[in-house]
Amino acid sequence: MSEFVYLYRGGEAGQSPERAQQQMQKWIAWFKDLGDKGHIKNMGQPLERTGKLVKGKQKTITDGPFAEAKDVIGGYSLIEARDLDQAVELSKGCPIFDVEGAVEVRPVMKMNM
Amino acid sequence: MEPGDHLFRREAGRMVATLTRIFGVHNLALAEDVVQDAFCRALELWKFRGVPENPSAWLMVTAKNRALDVLRRERTARTFAPELGRLLESEWTLAPAVEEIFAPQAIKDDQLRMMFSCCHPRLPEEAQVALVLHILCGFSVGEIAAAFVSGHAAMEKRISRAKKVLAGSKKLFDIADARDFTARLPAVHRALYLLFNEGYHGASAESAVRADLCREAMRLAALLGAHPLAATPATFALSGLMSLHAARLPARLDSSGELLSLFDQDRSQWDSHLVGEGQKLLELSASGSELTAYHVEAAIAWTHVSAPRAEDTDWGMIVSLYDKLLAIRPSPVVALNRAIALAQREGPERGLQEIRAIANSDRLAGYPFYHAALGEFEVRAGRPDLARGHFLAALALARNPMEKRFLEHRLAACSPAVARRAG
Repeated sequence: MSEFVYLYRGGEAGQSPERAQQQMQKWIAWFKDLGDKGHIKNMGQPLERTGKLVKGKQKTITDGPFAEAKDVIGGYSLIEARDLDQAVELSKGCPIFDVEGAVEVRPVMKMNM
Repeated sequence: MEPGDHLFRREAGRMVATLTRIFGVHNLALAEDVVQDAFCRALELWKFRGVPENPSAWLMVTAKNRALDVLRRERTARTFAPELGRLLESEWTLAPAVEEIFAPQAIKDDQLRMMFSCCHPRLPEEAQVALVLHILCGFSVGEIAAAFVSGHAAMEKRISRAKKVLAGSKKLFDIADARDFTARLPAVHRALYLLFNEGYHGASAESAVRADLCREAMRLAALLGAHPLAATPATFALSGLMSLHAARLPARLDSSGELLSLFDQDRSQWDSHLVGEGQKLLELSASGSELTAYHVEAAIAWTHVSAPRAEDTDWGMIVSLYDKLLAIRPSPVVALNRAIALAQREGPERGLQEIRAIANSDRLAGYPFYHAALGEFEVRAGRPDLARGHFLAALALARNPMEKRFLEHRLAACSPAVARRAG
């Protein structure tokens, strides 16, 4: 088994309270399904969409966001999968695709040579 | 959180009503933004950490904290609710004032205040209903357009125009003024009645939407019944009427989702809890001397639910109740229903005679069940050939696929071959 990080990018919150609730319930069901199948190493955390960017030798501080709104990372999870193909396949069930978001799937580097 | 519980939608109405009380009705859009923000936070957090033990309280506290942020940040740039006035100016009074507004009883009053504000006399009735659904029931414009089978753009326009009138009314309705309250109450009843009817008879084919609209109307009517000034006999009659109709909802469709007439429904599927509620409400409604159309309609509904079988229905009672209803609120549709009830007791020829005698029946010409009633009477009078024409006319006017299929079945039943077999 290898480890992967899912970075959740963008995604509308839903145009109505009903849609937002349905969206939330889908996420809970998706995480549960991944967990039941043993793919969740750490569910991760949601991230505020604001923050600060500290940059350069001068350590200049600017307000976030650091990317286009549609690309802002809203959260991450640590996933266990056989290989990158499987990790990608598993990400396809993520409800973020219903709301025009994206999942970035990144393998965690391994120490062994 | 139970599956099928529309928590977000329900809480949206409570939060907008409360925030508008703090921000002032002219800042309705700001209140809606704060609510949207609270839902975004809930969505992001709950999907990772699960739904908190008391999700309603969590949402309310989140909305309250956001409201405090907005008040602190913008109190010099914006004017907020005039009735709170100076309380918001100092940190000493701001937090306790906001705390008080977020107390449970205050939140109930806020919903009432918003309900009365939405029923502004400058708004046409259909705009009032749309506004109640949007602001107090948390339905999006798209969801309301779907429920009313109206175009999205048209509904958008109706709601934004209505919001403008509401925001321009300067102040939320003052529910402490007993005279204004009593004067506006009938308009509120009417809006809730229309909301319920839209769910019960409305154009949307999807049964889940219809049940939702009925449920929302009942929830708001119950809020009225819990307020001393609004707990009038008419309010109880309206609530009772809704309960007794809603009790029959589970039996209105057969197993394949087709509409069933009152005569063909499996009465064991009627919701006995709601029948009991309806009965209690009818008793409460009988306390005054006032007899409203809601009282009479509730009594008709009660007469139907108290018949164990369709053939046990007390049609004489129903005809005399329709006579009363005609006296209070004359309408060709009521007259048509009276004719149908009369025909149950005295036969189809009498029914046909009554229908033909209805004044301004041309106003009924666009109503599918007018033609369907004529068709039914002709079938019963043994003239299926005449009935066909009426069912065809009804079919051309059907408002949704369910009505259409219902009428197609009736039409098929009077085709010459079937009629011969039956005869």
